[in-house]
Amino acid sequence: MRQISYVKAINEALREEMQRDERVILLGEDIELSVYGPTKGLIDEFGPRRVRNTPITEQAVTGAALGASMMGLRPIVDLMQGNFLYLAMDQFANQAAKARYMFGEQVSFPVVFIAETGAFESAGAQHSDSPHSLFMHVGGLKVAIPSCPADAKGLLKAAIRDDDPVMFFEPVALLAGDKGPVPEGDVVIPLGKADVKRAGKDVTVVAIGAMLREALAAAQKLFEAGIDIEVVDPRTLVPLDRDTITASVRKTGRLIVVDEAHRTCGVASEIAALVGERCFGDLKTPVQIIASPDVPIPFSPVLEQAVIPSARRIEAGVRSLFGG
Amino acid sequence: MEKDLAAQLYRTMVRIRYFEQTISKWFYRGKIPGFVHLYIGEEAIASGVCAPLKKDDCISSTHRGHGHVLAKGGDPKRMMAEIFGRATGYCRGKGGSMHLADLSIGVMGTNGILAGGVGMATGFGLAFKETGSDRVSVVFIGDAAATQGIVWESLNLAGLWQLPVIYVIENNGFGEYTPTEKLSSTVDFAGRARNWGGVAAQSVDGNDVQAVYQATQVALSRARAGQGPSLIDCKTYRFMGHNEGEEASIGEWSYRSKEELEKKKKHDPIKIFEMTLINERVLSPETLESIHAQAKTEMEEAVTYALDSPLPDPQEALVGVFSSPQ
Repeated sequence: MRQISYVKAINEALREEMQRDERVILLGEDIELSVYGPTKGLIDEFGPRRVRNTPITEQAVTGAALGASMMGLRPIVDLMQGNFLYLAMDQFANQAAKARYMFGEQVSFPVVFIAETGAFESAGAQHSDSPHSLFMHVGGLKVAIPSCPADAKGLLKAAIRDDDPVMFFEPVALLAGDKGPVPEGDVVIPLGKADVKRAGKDVTVVAIGAMLREALAAAQKLFEAGIDIEVVDPRTLVPLDRDTITASVRKTGRLIVVDEAHRTCGVASEIAALVGERCFGDLKTPVQIIASPDVPIPFSPVLEQAVIPSARRIEAGVRSLFGG
Repeated sequence: MEKDLAAQLYRTMVRIRYFEQTISKWFYRGKIPGFVHLYIGEEAIASGVCAPLKKDDCISSTHRGHGHVLAKGGDPKRMMAEIFGRATGYCRGKGGSMHLADLSIGVMGTNGILAGGVGMATGFGLAFKETGSDRVSVVFIGDAAATQGIVWESLNLAGLWQLPVIYVIENNGFGEYTPTEKLSSTVDFAGRARNWGGVAAQSVDGNDVQAVYQATQVALSRARAGQGPSLIDCKTYRFMGHNEGEEASIGEWSYRSKEELEKKKKHDPIKIFEMTLINERVLSPETLESIHAQAKTEMEEAVTYALDSPLPDPQEALVGVFSSPQ
């Protein structure tokens, strides 16, 4: 299969969906030039009405996208950094997440908000957050966090076709990462379907976003040491495919959840609670969470690496379950 | 003023007044859950702004939104049922007073967050412009909301893209329990908007329904002609508290005097219009009286409808978050 980058996969999904449905429009800061490339060339093909640079005012742009979606357009908004989502929190939490429910299902918001999540190469405390878990907690927003180019393309297509607001998180470390196999053509990956990225029998490792790459790297080393881990990627946090996770834990009897977001009240805690509720009798060892400590992401590379979960930490975590 | 239009404006104002008085009565009887914020004293704005709108033009409203919904054609029965928390309400009892909507008549929702609807209203304008429609988006906000960041971000967006949006400020003298002068570095929001660029701004007497109507017509023609957004700063005065029942927590006359309120009540928008209509012989006192009688009956019937309606099934609490089932 052909290999393309994560950024190219996003670009393809945007182009194909804009070709498919003229209601799809693109809004965002500097998307005409496209600094990192996901929207490159789209203004040439679709013109300035459907590809609009916006002011750097997250509240109004988010609100306007919600409004345009209520009126039948299907906007995609690139808000760049995950940290910038905080500026529009009222629009996400009080408007997008609630309007459909509180207006008795009279409205829907077919809109996608794209933002980066996670730390990469010393962007510093205000450009490195992992807010995907936080948006999962709001209730009323769908949350996708694809871990590889193929999932990025397929999930973005599903998000654009979905009638609800979708927070689409791009793990920033993957944007600069390796190419991966992506099938040609219109392959849509439904929201709410986890993927077992590596089958194994000894431990279930649920890995979120950029942590998938780390988990697979750890899996290789562990396999050489005689421990066979199963790596599960939920792919979307809302809806969360609880059944695939619990089925895996029932098989292996052990669970480690790896997420780059802060430890407290994150998706890792939610998955740990789920397994505690549903699989207590299947567990051979305590559930383990590997996440970032509740500190701002520090600047200096050595400090940054000290807080972000890695293949090495996953490997050590797995070994500890076997007394290693 | 033309007779039919005069009667329409007057009727809308009177219907809003009775609706709100009815709500107040039932609130103090303990039959309405939650908070209610009443529009009495400000009826000329909703009536004057909504009268020249077409059915498919849309409005976005505030926590003090009953008047806007009625003026745009809302059904008092379904409004009342919603405010009483009944299954027959506009939102099946999931919204309440601050979250009323009827998309079929362009009521895109009242909003419990100050300026919460301004961004979306700007987006409606974007959609209208993108699709080549001549529809117009109107958003009501209060003076306190007019100091919110999203208002000025949105005015920038609408001015930049020349969107068909009308921002109506109901400058009613108070942000909750504090006079506006203590909350805003200016109370001249039209002046502030004029300096913002790309926005046509005017200031009107918000208790003069004819002035509000005319100002809206000007803004509407601009919007429909693709000439961009307008802001109308309507000077008015809130006759009621921020919310009904506030005296229980902050006492009576704690942030304004009885004398001030009595003085302002002499500029009652309904009384002012009534005098004009009678003096200029547009409508007869008998016609005006019958409008009052009809409105009173209509709102009493709306309460009866609400009280006779079933409560929602508790299972209803768990559905309706997403379009697709979870």
